[in-house]
Amino acid sequence: MVKTAVSLSGIQLENPVIPASGTFGFGYEFAEWYDINCLGAISVKGTTREPRFGNPAPRIAETPGGMLNAVGLQNPGIDKVVAEELPRLRQIYSKPILANISGFSMDEFVECCAKADASPHTNIIEVNVSCPNVHHGGMSFGTDPNMVYNVTKSVKAVCHKPVYVKLSPNVTDIVSIAKACKEGGADGLSLINTLMGMRLDIKKRKPILANLTGGLSGPAVFPVAVRMIWQVYEAVNLPIIGMGGVQSAEDVIEMMLAGATAVQVGAANLANPYACKEIIDNLPIVMERLGIQDIKEIIGGAH
Amino acid sequence: MKRGLFTVEVNEKLAPGTFRMVLAGDTSAITGPGQFVNIALEGKFLRRPISVCDYAEGSLTIVYKVVGKGTEQMSGMTAGTVLDILTGLGNGYDLDKSGQTPLLIGGGAGVPPMYNLARKLVSQGKQPSVILGFNKAEELFLKEEFEALGVAVTVATADGSLGVKGFVTDAMPAEGYTHIYTCGPEPMLKAIYDKSVTSGQFSFEERMGCGFGACMGCTCKTKYGNKRICREGPVLEKEEIIW
Ligand SMILES: Cc1cc2nc3c(=O)[nH]c(=O)nc-3n(C[C@H](O)[C@H](O)[C@H](O)COP(=O)(O)OP(=O)(O)OC[C@H]3O[C@@H](n4cnc5c(N)ncnc54)[C@H](O)[C@@H]3O)c2cc1C
Ligand SMILES: Cc1cc2nc3c(=O)[nH]c(=O)nc-3n(C[C@H](O)[C@H](O)[C@H](O)COP(=O)(O)O)c2cc1C
Ligand code: FES
Repeated sequence: MVKTAVSLSGIQLENPVIPASGTFGFGYEFAEWYDINCLGAISVKGTTREPRFGNPAPRIAETPGGMLNAVGLQNPGIDKVVAEELPRLRQIYSKPILANISGFSMDEFVECCAKADASPHTNIIEVNVSCPNVHHGGMSFGTDPNMVYNVTKSVKAVCHKPVYVKLSPNVTDIVSIAKACKEGGADGLSLINTLMGMRLDIKKRKPILANLTGGLSGPAVFPVAVRMIWQVYEAVNLPIIGMGGVQSAEDVIEMMLAGATAVQVGAANLANPYACKEIIDNLPIVMERLGIQDIKEIIGGAH
Repeated sequence: MKRGLFTVEVNEKLAPGTFRMVLAGDTSAITGPGQFVNIALEGKFLRRPISVCDYAEGSLTIVYKVVGKGTEQMSGMTAGTVLDILTGLGNGYDLDKSGQTPLLIGGGAGVPPMYNLARKLVSQGKQPSVILGFNKAEELFLKEEFEALGVAVTVATADGSLGVKGFVTDAMPAEGYTHIYTCGPEPMLKAIYDKSVTSGQFSFEERMGCGFGACMGCTCKTKYGNKRICREGPVLEKEEIIW
């Protein structure tokens, strides 16, 4: 029997496979397809202070090897997530939960992370810094090392649980952002979020998405994710949750060899509701084939 | 909801660019007319949502229009091709609200779901009448199948090449029906909404990520709160629709 367990800042996962935020809702829909307790952990839908409807439709466009989404963080707001969604998920699911928090201001990050941290149902706080900062001319928090440092430090000050900062790939130097997280006191890093993209309808001669642009994810972004995980692993000594285009147990292993301690699966869940389960079922078989006894031992193994 | 492998049995042209595909597979997750299936296609990342046109135990019929690369790929499939399909998606039409003489209106690619609905209503002893809308006569499909159910069919074509000249609303009676069931392009749904005098159920299309409620890709606002077209839809009650 091969060993698939990994640990994220002391949180034990039976396997390294975690559905990515925004592609798994709060888990209930997937519980209709399979028993979600097979998952290593779940990262739930990105949550903000106020309830958000998100962007107008269309919000989805297909791309070669992936998709664009401009959902725009539709969520019921942190109070409802803590009071209703997480307890409801806990009724059917007993493994670790990553609360995924977004904010458009420093105050919002701090308030939401504190509330998520205080919930008995959360295990890790995953801070999504890809949103625009309304107090800084709409520039994304995640593109400026100073803003990332400030968010991390402020959030760490109010959280007792491990804080993982989720990085945007839409930057020129991912390493400087990762270093800013480390200086701010982050316990770990999640990368990558979606890459900004756009599609046009050539018959209508207009953008497909009502929001004009959207975030690219799916297998098309896998090599970008592997490269960024590799670079960050070389430069920063923090556990990494890797994601971006993972579709198979082989992809999980490749990302872990690049430096990831655990791996999230996003868009693949939408194309195939059984994606995570199939990857988890396949992982031991692929490990055997590759002569991997204990998955922990391959983390960063390609460096 | 269920994922299953379906085998293409028939894939035939009904009109230029419109095909009927009959598939063999497990249909036990389908709960009623107005639901849709989500079809995985080789080389395409997202599945293609298509309405259930008709179903029976072990058999699923869909009718689709070729509008892009995915549906073009489907049109070339031969008998024996195996497809990975999610079934039992969406809410479907509520038959209990029909009254005795419901009016069913389908426009273009919105015609197919009306077929199983009409068949079910007839089997319940209701007297549905059907209006089918097309751009021109050569696009017509399923008319004979509806007539074989014994329902009255009125055809409207935008160019007047067959039946009533104009839109489906030009073929709508002023009254005499007990409920509206409809599916088609949004401007058509809006026109029916404005003209209809009874309650009704309207089926909407949206671009989908998953088709089963996970991604929030298809959410719309209604008077009863946010609804996912793939889950709380695609059928919305007339009274809740916000245009
Ligand atoms: C609930 C529902 C039921 C449907 N039922 C039918 C039916 O019975 N018969 C039929 O002919 N068509 C139906 N459609 C429309 C059908 O889904 C699209 O025509 C089809 O997805 C186009 O795929 P494509 O690859 O040929 O087009 P492309 O334009 O190449 O597709 C690119 C992407 O856009 C999506 N897309 C394009 N047009 C639409 C559309 N109108 N609605 C939703 N997604 C779209 C595709 O799914 C794909 O992800 C239905 C749509 C929905 C949402
Ligand atoms: C429909 C959709 C919604 C998403 N919503 C969120 C979100 O709310 N918060 C977040 O941090 N990331 C969100 N993401 C990004 C994913 O969590 C993930 O980082 C990204 O999609 C890359 O992984 P993938 O290629 O496996 O999808 C979303 C992605 C998709 C496709
Ligand atoms: S398409 Fe994913 S929630 Fe409706």
